[in-house]
Amino acid sequence: MTPTLTLFLVISAALFCIGLLATLSRRNAIFILIGIEMMLAAANLNFIAFWRFGSQTQSPTGVMVAIFSIAIAAAEAAVGLALVIAVYRHYRTTNVDKLDHLKG
Amino acid sequence: MSPAAFIVIAILTLAGAFAAASLSKLIHAALCLVVAFVGIAAFFFLLGAEFVGLVQVFVYVGAVAVLIVFTILLTRRADENTAGFNWGGVAIALAVFAGLLWAILQTPELSVAAPPIEALTVKRIGEALMTDYVWPLQCVGLLLTVALVGGLILVMDEKR
Repeated sequence: MTPTLTLFLVISAALFCIGLLATLSRRNAIFILIGIEMMLAAANLNFIAFWRFGSQTQSPTGVMVAIFSIAIAAAEAAVGLALVIAVYRHYRTTNVDKLDHLKG
Repeated sequence: MSPAAFIVIAILTLAGAFAAASLSKLIHAALCLVVAFVGIAAFFFLLGAEFVGLVQVFVYVGAVAVLIVFTILLTRRADENTAGFNWGGVAIALAVFAGLLWAILQTPELSVAAPPIEALTVKRIGEALMTDYVWPLQCVGLLLTVALVGGLILVMDEKR
């Protein structure tokens, strides 16, 4: 039995759902960022798997999209963590349930 | 693509990811996240995208993990009673997984073995980046500059 595209997609879906679980069910803002990073990594795994198993064209589109996605994820992580630090300085907490000052 | 390597990497990645999502200590979760990212990089190597695997190790393990650890250090005194688990989130994640699994297993076209390909050299990636993808490359450069400046402004001292 060699690994098929289905197996890679199942692994990627499991990774995405673990990231979704961390994003939706944790209270700490850093955990939410960890979950978002995990979901982005699962999407990258999908791009690479479809590139590898699909028909080969001249330019490696799936690999290119994955590289750009990694760069954008890095920018997102930097800004997100800077936001967490700014929020912590202001409110002395990283618990997202306590950041409800915009509530009417 | 050997099945043994696939199974080992899959178990490592999913275990690391699940530990990162469920451990209550932040620093342990960050270290488990590193394990999950190394597993994903190993998947990229297994799929023949060595360059992307290396980029994954450099960017995620080298930069993002260190950023997360420093943020944990800087927000250390934050209240620790964040261990509460929202079971609605667990239900939603399980429902999404069931839906995705159903959709994947319903599609018989996906159960194909990997076709033989010519190796993806860094030369080919560089040529594609400098010809077909030169505008996206410039936009990513601009985005990274803006993100760097924005991150600095966000954490600058408020008192001035």
